[in-house]
Amino acid sequence: MTDPSRAPERFRSRGFDAASFFFSGVTGIATAIILGILAIILLNITWHGWDGISLRFIVSGTDQDMFDVNKAGVLPMIVGTSARVILMTIFVIPVGVITAIHLTEYANPVSIHTRIIRGAVNNLAGVPSIVFGLFGLGFFIGFVGGEMDALFYPDSDEPVWGKPAILWASMTLAVMTLPVVIVATEESLKAIAPGLREASLALGATKLQTVAKVVLPQALPGILTGGILSISRAAGEVAPILFTGAAYYMSGYPTRPTDQFMDLGYHVFILSTQSPNIEQTRPILYATVLVLLLLTFTLNIVAVLVRAKMRRGMRQSH
Amino acid sequence: MSHFEQELADLKDTLLRMASLAKDVVNKSVKALIERDDELARAVKEEDNAIDELEILVDEKSVLLLSKAPLANDLRLITVALKTSHDLERVGDEATTIARRAIELGKEPQLKDYIDIPRMTNMAMEMLDDALDAFVTADVNKAKAIVPRDKEVDALNKQMQRELAGYMVEDPKNITRCLHLMTISKSLERVADHAKNIAEEVVFLYEGRDIRHAANLGTDQQS
Amino acid sequence: MSEPQATTPMTRPTVQNRETETDADADADAVAPLIEVEGLSLHYGDAQALKNISVSIREKVVTAFIGPSGCGKSTLLRCFNRMNDLIDNVRIEGRVAIGGEDIHGPDVDPIELRKQVGMVFQRSNPFPKSIHENIAYALRLHGMRDKDALDQAIETSLKQAALWDEVKDRLHTSALGLSGGQQQRLCIARAIAIKPSILLMDEPASALDPIATARIEDLALELKNDFTIVIVTHNMQQAARISDDTAFFYLGELIEFNATSRIFTNPSHKQTEDYVTGRFG
Repeated sequence: MTDPSRAPERFRSRGFDAASFFFSGVTGIATAIILGILAIILLNITWHGWDGISLRFIVSGTDQDMFDVNKAGVLPMIVGTSARVILMTIFVIPVGVITAIHLTEYANPVSIHTRIIRGAVNNLAGVPSIVFGLFGLGFFIGFVGGEMDALFYPDSDEPVWGKPAILWASMTLAVMTLPVVIVATEESLKAIAPGLREASLALGATKLQTVAKVVLPQALPGILTGGILSISRAAGEVAPILFTGAAYYMSGYPTRPTDQFMDLGYHVFILSTQSPNIEQTRPILYATVLVLLLLTFTLNIVAVLVRAKMRRGMRQSH
Repeated sequence: MSHFEQELADLKDTLLRMASLAKDVVNKSVKALIERDDELARAVKEEDNAIDELEILVDEKSVLLLSKAPLANDLRLITVALKTSHDLERVGDEATTIARRAIELGKEPQLKDYIDIPRMTNMAMEMLDDALDAFVTADVNKAKAIVPRDKEVDALNKQMQRELAGYMVEDPKNITRCLHLMTISKSLERVADHAKNIAEEVVFLYEGRDIRHAANLGTDQQS
Repeated sequence: MSEPQATTPMTRPTVQNRETETDADADADAVAPLIEVEGLSLHYGDAQALKNISVSIREKVVTAFIGPSGCGKSTLLRCFNRMNDLIDNVRIEGRVAIGGEDIHGPDVDPIELRKQVGMVFQRSNPFPKSIHENIAYALRLHGMRDKDALDQAIETSLKQAALWDEVKDRLHTSALGLSGGQQQRLCIARAIAIKPSILLMDEPASALDPIATARIEDLALELKNDFTIVIVTHNMQQAARISDDTAFFYLGELIEFNATSRIFTNPSHKQTEDYVTGRFG
């Protein structure tokens, strides 16, 4: 029954808070700029690429007429990109997670040993992508592949393992995205209350049992986040696969680890630089980029949904 | 001093106030008897009311302090306070009894000179004084020394009872006055008992040892 | 009235002074000690947390460790199940024996030790799994696999922890959905499911409301029929309520160890009295 117009004096506002207003304004503008940039990019690509998208475009392969709008198809690239990303995940998640577990659960935080590993991970994160490409070429293809050939196919003239292949490209990408997975896993491990580890150990569990049955299951959402981040990064990278396995043109699809593959990102590069008629090719270019974006989004969304389901499951029962 | 310590000190103070009133009231009642002063005797009853009120106050404060779950010597202080307040209240009641009998005795001529009664009063008052002193100064040895003195007062009382019984047999007209005097002597003996109780409580408070009933449990078999 | 009065129970019972090794210790009141600590000293790096502690914990009673923060009572507790091993830079001298066996002996596996010396922590730490799985985890560590045996053992331990009636219809829901007091009882159930001989409780009720605390205290009194309990507590009245023996620690030293009734009505050391009456500092 109180008359709001007669609110007691003491609760009246003391004046206009310029600082808060200004700060809200600044953050609002920053958000708007970022969203704006994202919108511009997406709209630009969609605008130009939409015409090029058709069912045929997505599901058919391509032949040498990749520059012909009517004949181009990106299915091999979709397959190639997806395959290398999945293969990369198979390599990077186990290695990254185990490294993170070692750093968080087992290693002495102040020893030289730990600091060296941490330093290496940090530096790895800063290496330019092209350097990874060269690393892949020199180490995986030249050294590892070469040794494997010497071991298994000593009499062959043609290199079997020592040449660009989807296997080496995936492993190169795995090395590149390792820091992301390690850090994400470490963060999720650190977020787990130490009381849980104590509880498990006090019951007479070994450290391994504790990590495997108590810590890791709880860290899974975080690990998945690391996986999502690494997929997002790797899907769009071209430089690391340039020398290690991407092919200008292939008639078939990669069926063996030693096969090369076609790739969406690389294809965009080819379309831009090798096209005889840039005007004609432009729609294909944009369409390819759009497909790449859609693929990345789809991979991300699937992973996010899986993680959300996992988190919901953890909240209710296990 | 913490709030709780303040409350404990307050409790002690109240007890001591009660004790001083109790001493006063016993002295007054015996004085009323000896000087055959009815006014004084009636005043005793008033003062006993004050003692009763203080007992209620001490008990209330003690229960309140107990609800704060004190331990060790704080806990012992409170249980001692509860029991001592009861002893002091009874001392006040005995003084009232003496005063009432004094008024009755004032209606008849004095039977004999009062010698033993003042003596018993002094002994009992000294015991009470010493017990309260020991309480304040935490002098456990002083408190322990009070316990055997009770026997002397008991002996004096018995002597009085015998003497008065003799007077009653001698002359039936003495009976009423003798009965009053016997009651007064018994009251004074009880006052000494209460003083002994308080002394035992003081030992428990400061030493944590219960020295009660030791005489009954073995050594002295006199009743 | 010349008969000596029969010895009636006094209102203030006399109790043994457990500090003195007398023949009285050998009579019915004294039970064989289960945990024996001799000259135990513990260092965290340069800092000394425990100074030459010697104490004997009796079997199937509740022993309380009290003392101000940092006095070493939790540290000593963690020595009994070697949880201090998990901290770097810890150095131990002296001997801790359980059932006569030195727990730092070369043949002793801390994992096996912890299966027989259970622990409940200050902040309840149920796993983010179902109630059933929390306890099953502990039982499986012990090798139990059979589903029926697990169900039975889980029911038994929940009943012992006075939690069964409240959760029997939702064993497969998350343990995190329980209230604080229920979670702590679950942790107790989990610890006792593997039937340790000793249960260590590190301030188990300090994060709980009075009603939940009262239930935990009742539980401790029930459990002492089957387990030897050592409880660290900040709450003097709690120690007075539920323990049989109490040890008072200060700055890493054991100041006084005696029957609880003695410690809380008439302690021998002034330091103990000052602490117990809150006059410290």
